[in-house]
Amino acid sequence: MTDSSLSPPIGLTHSPPVSFGGTMRWFSRRPDGGLGMLVQYAVLIVLASVVLVPLVATALGGFKELGDLRANPFGLPKVWMWSNYWDILSGARYWQVLGNSLVIALLTVFLTLALSSMAAFTFAHLHFFGERFLLNYMLLGLLFPAATAILPLFIKIRDLGLLNSHWGIVLPQVAFALGMGILLLRNAFRQLPGELLDAALMDGCGYIRYFFYVTLPLSRPILSTVAVIAFVSSWNNYLLPLVVLNSESRYPWTLGLMAYQGEYSTAWQLVLAFITLTILPAIVMFVMAQKYIVAGLTAGAVKG
Amino acid sequence: MTLASPGETIRRPGRSGWLTILIFLPPALLLFTIFVAMPMGEAAWYSFYNWNGYGRPENFVGLKNYVSLIGNAAFTRALANNLIIIVASLAIQLPLALGVALILAKRIWGAVAFRMIFFLPYILADVAAGLIWRFVFDGDYGLASAITGLFGAPPVYLLADKNWAFSAVLIVIIWKYFGFHMMLYIAGLQSLDKSLLEAAEMDGATAVQRFRYITLPLLGPMIRLSVFFSVVGALQLFDMIVPLTGGGPFDTTNTMVSYLYYFGITRMRVGFGSAVGVVLFLFCVTFALGYRRYFMRDD
Repeated sequence: MTDSSLSPPIGLTHSPPVSFGGTMRWFSRRPDGGLGMLVQYAVLIVLASVVLVPLVATALGGFKELGDLRANPFGLPKVWMWSNYWDILSGARYWQVLGNSLVIALLTVFLTLALSSMAAFTFAHLHFFGERFLLNYMLLGLLFPAATAILPLFIKIRDLGLLNSHWGIVLPQVAFALGMGILLLRNAFRQLPGELLDAALMDGCGYIRYFFYVTLPLSRPILSTVAVIAFVSSWNNYLLPLVVLNSESRYPWTLGLMAYQGEYSTAWQLVLAFITLTILPAIVMFVMAQKYIVAGLTAGAVKG
Repeated sequence: MTLASPGETIRRPGRSGWLTILIFLPPALLLFTIFVAMPMGEAAWYSFYNWNGYGRPENFVGLKNYVSLIGNAAFTRALANNLIIIVASLAIQLPLALGVALILAKRIWGAVAFRMIFFLPYILADVAAGLIWRFVFDGDYGLASAITGLFGAPPVYLLADKNWAFSAVLIVIIWKYFGFHMMLYIAGLQSLDKSLLEAAEMDGATAVQRFRYITLPLLGPMIRLSVFFSVVGALQLFDMIVPLTGGGPFDTTNTMVSYLYYFGITRMRVGFGSAVGVVLFLFCVTFALGYRRYFMRDD
């Protein structure tokens, strides 16, 4: 984990806006005293175990028999019950909920990027009457969470005939992500040198071609930040699918996990195996692209 | 936010410009209006009705939905819980995050690995984190009981105990979110001007003095940002409550959103639920605007 994080993943050659490379000593220029260092590591190790033990116990618990789990929740399984995991992996249910989540998240990311970059482009470069008002209107969505309007939103989705469909989740998710996307992208687009646009317009290149051939290619880092935020929040969303969906075949993994837990509530070992398998994609992605994800989530927060 | 960026000449849109506006703006505008702005307006409208969601809202009840929230024990408890989360975030989570950030912003062995470990829970869905901790706190199979068992104590059922359940929820919140705040502080620490600290050290300032008079004030913008996210996150907490306690025992662990869910949505009391939503909306907007105006003006 340490090694891979030292070199940025490919595609990250535009360095992310906030650096986490950490090469500075903070408190003191003198080497720390042995005792102070020891205390610091003790604190770090205790905290790291508090963070990791529940996760490791969950993964190991998935390998146990129920009685074993009861007698010994911490230790290694007495008998490794590979079948707990294998039964889930060989069934359709697990793959279906992950597939649903992936479809919803990819559609959300694509539409969020497309709609917010187009809107941000007009707000960044085109000045027209009412521009300021429209921008502030679109940024209103940043002030409150979707939960506040969830009941009228449910009625709206129902009246539009989108209930129990993936679009009923994707479209509201995009609508609520637009504020963040427009804010981040508009600021980034305005950082691009204005002379570029002046020259392009002079040479007869229209705004739309400029958008596709200059703005978007030059804005990849910030576009990926918006994409990471939209993807993670869609992947982890629970409330909206809970309200919109009612047939289990359309459930994303968050709902599928709760449904599974409801069904097997007396068999913790199976629930633990299911939890482990459903959070695995997020953990794998995080470990593979940690710099990317950390920078995306925190830089987005800082700039927004 | 100024309208024209430096070096950019103010252009009139021209025909190509207007065409661009007409193609680029309406999709976002339409989606936002339908799924964000209209529902919020409708929440305010529905909140004056007693309505089950079918047909049109006709049974106008005035402020009754709001009045019934005042003195409603479950709602008051939910509101208080939201405040407790905010206090716990500010009093426990932020100092912890800052302390860890001070250690990990240094170039010490394993710093990157520790940062990633502490950030890891943040990327997990709240539902998954909640379910994992439901297992940890489970009286029969969980880790908490195994620990008390070591001391010969009987198993504890924290989540079923109305005096302790919400404290257990707070532990999960801090477990999941302190790593995010730590990352904010590390980013803040790394963008500080190091020469100030070096100069102070040369002038004989102690480590505590340097922290108190240089690091802390310079970290101000990041601390204010971190407080902002703590409060906003606390106000909308929901996903975690469902797997952990479902709002129980005896409605002692609801937040405003989970109250809205269990008392408004699952019973299809659209008017009542909308009133709860409006109250939550007022809290969020008042806080966001007030905070930005008074605390983040210079950032």
